[in-house]
Amino acid sequence: MATTAAAKRSFWEFIWDYLTTVDHKKIAHLYLAGGGFFFILGGIEALIIRIQLIKPENDFISAGFYNEMITMHGTTMIFLAAMPIIVGLMNAIMPLQIGARDVAFPFLNALSFWLFFFGGLLLNLSFLFGGAPDAGWTSYASLSMDSSGHGIDYYIAGLQIAGAGTLMTGINFIATIVTMRAPGMTYMRMPLFTWTTFVTSVLILFAFPPLTINLFLLMFDRMFGTAFFNVALGGNQVIYQHLFWIFGHPEVYILILPMFGVFSEIFATFSRKRLFGYTAMVFATMLIAFLGFMVWAHHMFTVGLGPVANAIFAVGTMAIAVPTGIKIFNWLLTMWGGQVTINSAMLWALGFIPTFTIGGMTGVMLGSNVADYQYHDSYFVVGHFHYVIVGGSVFGIFAALHYWWPKMFGRVLNETLGKLTFWPFFIGVHLTFFVQHLLGLMGMPRRYWVFLEDQSLDLGNLISTIGAFLMGVGAIIFVINIIVSAFGEKAAADPWDGRTLEWAVSSPAPYYNFAQLPLVRGLDPLWIEKMEGNGKIPAAEPLGDVHMPNGSIIPFLMSIGFFISGFGFIYQTDNVYWYLALYGGLAFSIALMIIRSVKDDYGYYIPKEELEKALEGEAK
Amino acid sequence: MAQVHDHSELFPEVMPPEPEKATLEGKNKFFGIWFFLGGETVLFASLFGVYLALKNSTAGGPSSQELFGLGLVFIMTMLLLTSSLTSVYAMYHMRNNDFKKMYLWLGITGLLGIGFLACEIYEFAHYITDYGFTFRSSAFGSAFYALVGFHGGHVLFGICWLTTLLIRNAKRGLNLYNAPKFNTFSIYWHFIDVVWVFIFSVVYLMGKVG
Repeated sequence: MATTAAAKRSFWEFIWDYLTTVDHKKIAHLYLAGGGFFFILGGIEALIIRIQLIKPENDFISAGFYNEMITMHGTTMIFLAAMPIIVGLMNAIMPLQIGARDVAFPFLNALSFWLFFFGGLLLNLSFLFGGAPDAGWTSYASLSMDSSGHGIDYYIAGLQIAGAGTLMTGINFIATIVTMRAPGMTYMRMPLFTWTTFVTSVLILFAFPPLTINLFLLMFDRMFGTAFFNVALGGNQVIYQHLFWIFGHPEVYILILPMFGVFSEIFATFSRKRLFGYTAMVFATMLIAFLGFMVWAHHMFTVGLGPVANAIFAVGTMAIAVPTGIKIFNWLLTMWGGQVTINSAMLWALGFIPTFTIGGMTGVMLGSNVADYQYHDSYFVVGHFHYVIVGGSVFGIFAALHYWWPKMFGRVLNETLGKLTFWPFFIGVHLTFFVQHLLGLMGMPRRYWVFLEDQSLDLGNLISTIGAFLMGVGAIIFVINIIVSAFGEKAAADPWDGRTLEWAVSSPAPYYNFAQLPLVRGLDPLWIEKMEGNGKIPAAEPLGDVHMPNGSIIPFLMSIGFFISGFGFIYQTDNVYWYLALYGGLAFSIALMIIRSVKDDYGYYIPKEELEKALEGEAK
Repeated sequence: MAQVHDHSELFPEVMPPEPEKATLEGKNKFFGIWFFLGGETVLFASLFGVYLALKNSTAGGPSSQELFGLGLVFIMTMLLLTSSLTSVYAMYHMRNNDFKKMYLWLGITGLLGIGFLACEIYEFAHYITDYGFTFRSSAFGSAFYALVGFHGGHVLFGICWLTTLLIRNAKRGLNLYNAPKFNTFSIYWHFIDVVWVFIFSVVYLMGKVG
């Protein structure tokens, strides 16, 4: 009896700990769990789409539900699965890589997570309350203004809440990297993953506000009767497309640039060589980010912007292939002449190179504005962007999870199961998406619920569906791996013979990260100390009390306030009583903001003695 | 040896020359607000873009030439520009550790902001009642109220922010914990002012004569 009571209490303490945490490493756990959950949902939606398309004129699901599936699959995978998992990885690793004890705004970090989580929850609750959004993940005003029911309203409210969280994360990470690098960690000594986190955060900062405005305009039009997209009153629906893609194109770089950082770390570590062309890699990252803002209209070639605008955007689009190519060659040359170890993390990185290059190649094809009139809205486009998003972001996420799992959770993932995850998934990706290019060229449009028999689309669609299930098998084996590894051996501090600062602390890192701030003597600081020093990072300061931020339940509660207010916004068009939820939720959140503002929070100090004890324990 | 930290480093006897950036938290806030304003710039740029695209879509309603009166807008501009200047005075006194004068100038900043907001509310009410020009009447109306209204909302938020700060710290004097808070507000307030300069030029001047 007594033991169960103790176990029970510790369970609630565990929950409470995660609800109130502001520690970047625990917030990373939350992001990974939340993103993983939505990844499963998005995966199930993908499988439902593929089952519907397994044979001609299938009636597995209705046309309306099919629209909901394609919309929610895209929206979930991009906003609620890929981005949060990437932000989780950044949270877990970036502060360790620059030798910081936390991010610049730990409280804001927790708020970012809870806003993402409740935003995603709100969006998905639409399934239970009358139907999900059904105007595609882009939710173009032409379709979304016409969509009946509240699905689109859920899209607006959910993404607005989640997007606010993402924007805060961007600001947080930029400030962290600018102000909190350890002594000696100059910009040009930062690991590539930190660099890409930095550049990605800048992209988030400048790309999300147009989405915010776009969602506001759509909300005003749908819920408050304004005329931005109402052509009868002089509105213009192309504005929506512009604003969406001014956000949307940088968004795909937000998804891929951090993964470029991940692969750079993995190739260097497992080739036991310094990253080839470090400076060029940094420069290429910035160039891609810059060009990413200049090419949005290549999503709108068929809108009719005119040949001059189309040609300029076509040239800009193709120019992006240059810095990306620089990166591909630098990775190949990093491995050239290195002592290459091929394990699970490295397999994903190796699989990424051909897959992503194919995706990049079809990207250049699509970038040709003349040819795009043929490809536009066909399955060719679906094949292309899955090659880059799955072949780039998802492979990158798997690579990063295998690489940093020991640092994040203190356990090494099982190698055999890791390889068993890779092969079905890798083969599945190519089976699923390669044929989609051909299907598109043969005339199959995207977003269609059924296709006709004997139009040479039958076999391709069948292969594509089989491939999707193979990917599902890979994903399930990964989940099994997580469970098996949880009971496995504890990870060493530096299981891969790593090069960067995160491998200099124990696995998982202590809650204060570094008892003494590290002194960085060059690029790949840990490797330098292994080669030229005693393998230990020198300290930049004497051992002293360490300042830490206090935990808080306010971010969680504040997000609930916005969540409730979101329901108010959605339903106030039906019944004025919903204004109670709208204003009540907002008032609750604002009150919490004021409490946060007026209540002094100095943080606390870890006494020097505790750190001394911990260091002695480590030495033993 | 084992002493409890009392955070005394936040309350020094002699204040450093730049109290707003003397602590890591202060420095973070300083950079954080600048990056935030970078995002806000894009936010307003999007609204400006929408406005420019829709400003002639009056749908038979009143046009910008018929609506706008530069007299009131001139008064509003003066109020807001002056409030930016007074917030500079406040920050000057903060760096000289003169708490009372800082409060005086921040108070004046807030009052000028309220004056601006009162004019804006009058302006909107005037358009709605006398011209039937509303958020819903035309695409031009939607774009106008969205852009100017978002700015007005930012002014309102700034006034609430300032009021909270002034009430909370009235009896505490200046220290390294609250100095960054005043400075952060001041930077935000300047930004609101800069946006207004653009609204004044692009919306009102171009709408009247352009």
